[in-house]
Amino acid sequence: MELYHGSLDVETIFSKWLNEEKNSNYGAYIPFVGTIRAEDGIEALSFDIYEPILEQWFQNWVKRAEELGAKVKMAHAIGDVPVHTSSYISAVFSPKRRVALELIDEFVEDFKANAPIWKYDVKDGKRIYAEDRSTPMSGSGLLS
Amino acid sequence: MVRVEFLGPISQEVLELEAKTLAEVATQLQNIDTIAPWLEKCAVAVNDQMTADLSMVLKSGDKISILPPVCGG
Repeated sequence: MELYHGSLDVETIFSKWLNEEKNSNYGAYIPFVGTIRAEDGIEALSFDIYEPILEQWFQNWVKRAEELGAKVKMAHAIGDVPVHTSSYISAVFSPKRRVALELIDEFVEDFKANAPIWKYDVKDGKRIYAEDRSTPMSGSGLLS
Repeated sequence: MVRVEFLGPISQEVLELEAKTLAEVATQLQNIDTIAPWLEKCAVAVNDQMTADLSMVLKSGDKISILPPVCGG
């Protein structure tokens, strides 16, 4: 798992991951790239991350992928990410395509639901919590 | 004393509370007007482990994290 301040350098991360696995004998490499769209007058999105729990979440996925003979990787931005640049990349490597195609779907969807990351719109230099696009994590409401 | 920290968009400094269980933390947080509305949609971790156990026994120095709704990517 890799965290960067500001936009991700997609080409560099792609090629680094490809290079890391070039001799691993995986037949499939499926990346997902999240890019900030220009909409609703935003200049950027901004992200807070709680790293200790994100790391645990990611390590659970590493184990789950290993059981299928696959490998997952991810990179995410911290702080402001301007429109038309990337905030999130994940990828699955697997011996054959089917496992990777299915895992990338589950991995990205679970990321959206349970990774401890908070998103803000940046408008006129102000950070506004993206509450309407956010999802309560599993187990929410315990203290209410 | 246990430390309660509020993550992401919740504007609240760290609180130090006397509590022997997570249920006692819940009762105290429900009485804080600025925090109470968040509780229904927040998950909880104790010492960086997510938990669903309100009866969890706490010891002095434990860190309780309050995690509001997330949206990565």
